[in-house]
Amino acid sequence: MKTRRDFIKISTAGAGATALGFSALGAKGFSFFESDKQGPVSDEDLTPYPTYCEVCFWKCAGWTYVDKKGEIRKIIGNNDDPHCNGRLCPRGTGGVGMYYDEDRLKTPLIRETKADGTQYYRKASWDEALDLVAEKMDKLRKEHGPECLALFSHGSGGKMLTHLVKAFGTPNITAPSFAQCRGPREVAFTATFGEDVMSPERTDIRDTKCLVLIGSHIGENMHNGQIQEMSHAIENKATIITVDPRFSTAASHSKYWLPIKPATDIALLLAWIHVIINEELYDKDYIEKYAFGFDELKEHVKNNTPEWAYGITTIEPHIIRATAREMAAAAPSTLVHPGRHVTWYGDDTQRSRAIAILNALLGSWGRRGGFYNPEKVHLPTFPHPPYPKPTRSWKDAYPDNKYNLVTEVLSTGICDATIPNADLNCHLRGWIVYGTNLMASLPDQRKTLEAINNLDFLVVIDTMPMDITGYADVVLPECTYLERYDFVRTSPHREPALALRMPAVQPKYDSKPNWWIAKNLASRLGLEAYFKWDKIEDVIDWQLKQVGSSLEEMQRIGVKKFKREYDDLFWLEGLPDFEFNTNTGKIELYSTELANEEFDPIPKYTHHPEPEQGYYRLNYGRAPMHTFSRTSNNHNLWDLMDENSVWINPKVADLWEIKNNQYIWLKNQDGVVSSFPVKARVTERIRWDSVYMVHGFGHTNKKLTRAYGKGGSDSELVTRVVMDPIMGGTGMRGNFVTFILENPAKENKEDKA
Amino acid sequence: MRYAMAIDTLKCVGCGDCVVACQTENNVPHGYCRDWIVENVNGTYPSLDLEFRSERCNHCDNAPCVRCCPTGASHIEKGGIVVVTHDECIGCGACIQSCPYDARYQHPDGYVDKCTFCMHRVEKGQNPACVDVCPTECLHFGDLDDPNSKVSLALKNRTHKVLAPEAGTKPQLYFLT
Ligand code: SF4
Ligand code: SF4
Ligand code: SF4
Repeated sequence: MKTRRDFIKISTAGAGATALGFSALGAKGFSFFESDKQGPVSDEDLTPYPTYCEVCFWKCAGWTYVDKKGEIRKIIGNNDDPHCNGRLCPRGTGGVGMYYDEDRLKTPLIRETKADGTQYYRKASWDEALDLVAEKMDKLRKEHGPECLALFSHGSGGKMLTHLVKAFGTPNITAPSFAQCRGPREVAFTATFGEDVMSPERTDIRDTKCLVLIGSHIGENMHNGQIQEMSHAIENKATIITVDPRFSTAASHSKYWLPIKPATDIALLLAWIHVIINEELYDKDYIEKYAFGFDELKEHVKNNTPEWAYGITTIEPHIIRATAREMAAAAPSTLVHPGRHVTWYGDDTQRSRAIAILNALLGSWGRRGGFYNPEKVHLPTFPHPPYPKPTRSWKDAYPDNKYNLVTEVLSTGICDATIPNADLNCHLRGWIVYGTNLMASLPDQRKTLEAINNLDFLVVIDTMPMDITGYADVVLPECTYLERYDFVRTSPHREPALALRMPAVQPKYDSKPNWWIAKNLASRLGLEAYFKWDKIEDVIDWQLKQVGSSLEEMQRIGVKKFKREYDDLFWLEGLPDFEFNTNTGKIELYSTELANEEFDPIPKYTHHPEPEQGYYRLNYGRAPMHTFSRTSNNHNLWDLMDENSVWINPKVADLWEIKNNQYIWLKNQDGVVSSFPVKARVTERIRWDSVYMVHGFGHTNKKLTRAYGKGGSDSELVTRVVMDPIMGGTGMRGNFVTFILENPAKENKEDKA
Repeated sequence: MRYAMAIDTLKCVGCGDCVVACQTENNVPHGYCRDWIVENVNGTYPSLDLEFRSERCNHCDNAPCVRCCPTGASHIEKGGIVVVTHDECIGCGACIQSCPYDARYQHPDGYVDKCTFCMHRVEKGQNPACVDVCPTECLHFGDLDDPNSKVSLALKNRTHKVLAPEAGTKPQLYFLT
């Protein structure tokens, strides 16, 4: 049996950082706990303030508990919140670490150049920094037009900046969550059902009888509602089928684990569709009533037998048949999960289409245990003048009518439109980056850097000195979500609900909330008319009063649930007449929309490049205690996981003579070598043809004193990006790495000497 | 009254939320923990088996840490909760050595610390912090003498095991399998 200390040695995923973490710090380090011998404080001596979590987009509502000294002690979920049911995930519980992080951005910073050409940041006052940003924005507006500004935004605070730049006159507002994440699934589900999957996902995991996960690692991806509902599904003895080249946590909780060869998922999906059609296991009434293109689909998959798929996927035919029958037996309460981060190989919209088609055959869209119909509370917008109409956009960078099916602005498209090109109508010259670390969230750092080098100015607004911060001309320090108001959360769910975020404490240091920053920039840019209020509280109170609540009420209860307007949670139960928002008004098994754009109307399997001898496919994913690169410096979460590792199958490790816990370097197919050494985790949980890393480590900004240089960055190794021709998604799983056992930097030095 | 905890290994995902919640609830200093996660992998690819266990003090009926404490700081409270009275602890570390579960650590302030089953909450009828936070609801806490407590019901309905039964400590953490 493993003891606690052994465990510390064998796995970095552990919480048992015990004495190890302490000695690694070398000193007591910063902690508000250590000075306090008292230990726990009882809840009666604490004051709770409502908030909703900002550590990930799930936005769980909770309470921030503050003690008599005005220190934040803990954050606990709000029992009334349908997103979290009173239980935050580890990142939300550890959100306190964001507030206490001593590495936070503390004052505005302005880039200066010394006489000898070296650059540095000078501390500045807010007035000075905002004057400078406004001056740059105004110059850009006068000389090139407001459309030459772009905003990268992430999270709830981005809404206020979005309002500002729309008032300024640019349409170029983007978030990496589309082209680098869920875009393919939204386009595919819209093409099939006329509606997308939304966020939080409208998946009825709670009531499902059969949950199919394809590369979706719920449990490691800690989207709170999903993990809670998966646990319910386990309790209810639902069948779980997990397809993953890695023995993920979800795989270990599954009845069937299909250890698929990477990049072959479409073949498996087509074979499942084949079995379900040929064995007549599909929902005949549902298909007859709602679907368009069944005969074409049947004809299309006639040769996609399990035997055909076996040669491609390495999944045995009898397993393919057995799992298809399990799905059909539980239908329509079978949920083939659409996943979230689905930009893998460049044919991701087509893979997501195959998933949508499979769901359609099982009749799960609109049925209990499949996909439900979420509802939200509509808060009216605070009155403001209409936004100016932009005359140009980033899309002009693609003159040949590319990306007609793109529903959101592509962040990589913003990069393309920033790099000067003689043929372009407009090229972007100024960026505001709010709360997203582009160095880690965009693929191909070289391209991002090229775009940045062509900017007239780059403004970064963040709470932490992330890697992107180092490239900014002006850095504006925002306070954390625990120290500010934001717009009320209105995200859709089974039951519509509102959640309030209010400050539990005053902003630390000289940091300010996003709304204050936006408003004060607006007044410098002549855009006051769009910000006709003093404080965001006024806006929130006005909005809440329109729906029969108020700021005062929400401060007391935090979350307010509303009755659904329509009783249509499972709107296709009982097969009522229904017109889908597609060209044919039906569920499109054969997509007329894709056909019109000259894409395959029914998904096909395409073979993707495979690693050469000595190279392994680089897969990446999440750890439950971190949200990408944003949390790696958070002391509470760093205690749980302070670096990532590269997972290597023992057979491969033997071949390379790599020992468990040995630090190695990775080199990709383009010769890019990882900046920092990364620990090898030799484990049976991974296939021999691929390696795996948790995303978000290997920070290059030294100002992140805990996270700097810890672990490896998968992002820097993702230099080959396969574009999805349908929606511009950036497929990032076509990169291959090999191992370097000796420090490559040392070798170089010796070479030079 | 006999407090115990049952941990459902079929649901636990090893997320560590129980660890962070304990840290904030109990002011556990950074770099230390009262509970931790063990990840146990068996087999070879692709015939594998993985178990996550959220572990902490077992609040043993026959607790060696209590027997070996020279000052009586380490003692048993109502409901069988094993506690260290910080002010009476001289930090000798005998208990740390005697614990077969490695559940104790030396606090930077000198005394020995470990899981208290969140006695300050349990006394008031609340659950321990880790139990209330767990997103998979895989931790069950309660009184074994009450046949309807969550923990009694869990043990009645499920197969379970304890850790290091050979040590003879009569541990009160049960892992549902
Ligand atoms: S899932 Fe976790 S990190 Fe995301 S909002 Fe909820 S508590 Fe916060
Ligand atoms: S919080 Fe629950 S699921 Fe997460 S590691 Fe702890 S016991 Fe397991
Ligand atoms: S019962 Fe309380 S002290 Fe013990 S591990 Fe859980 S949270 Fe920590």
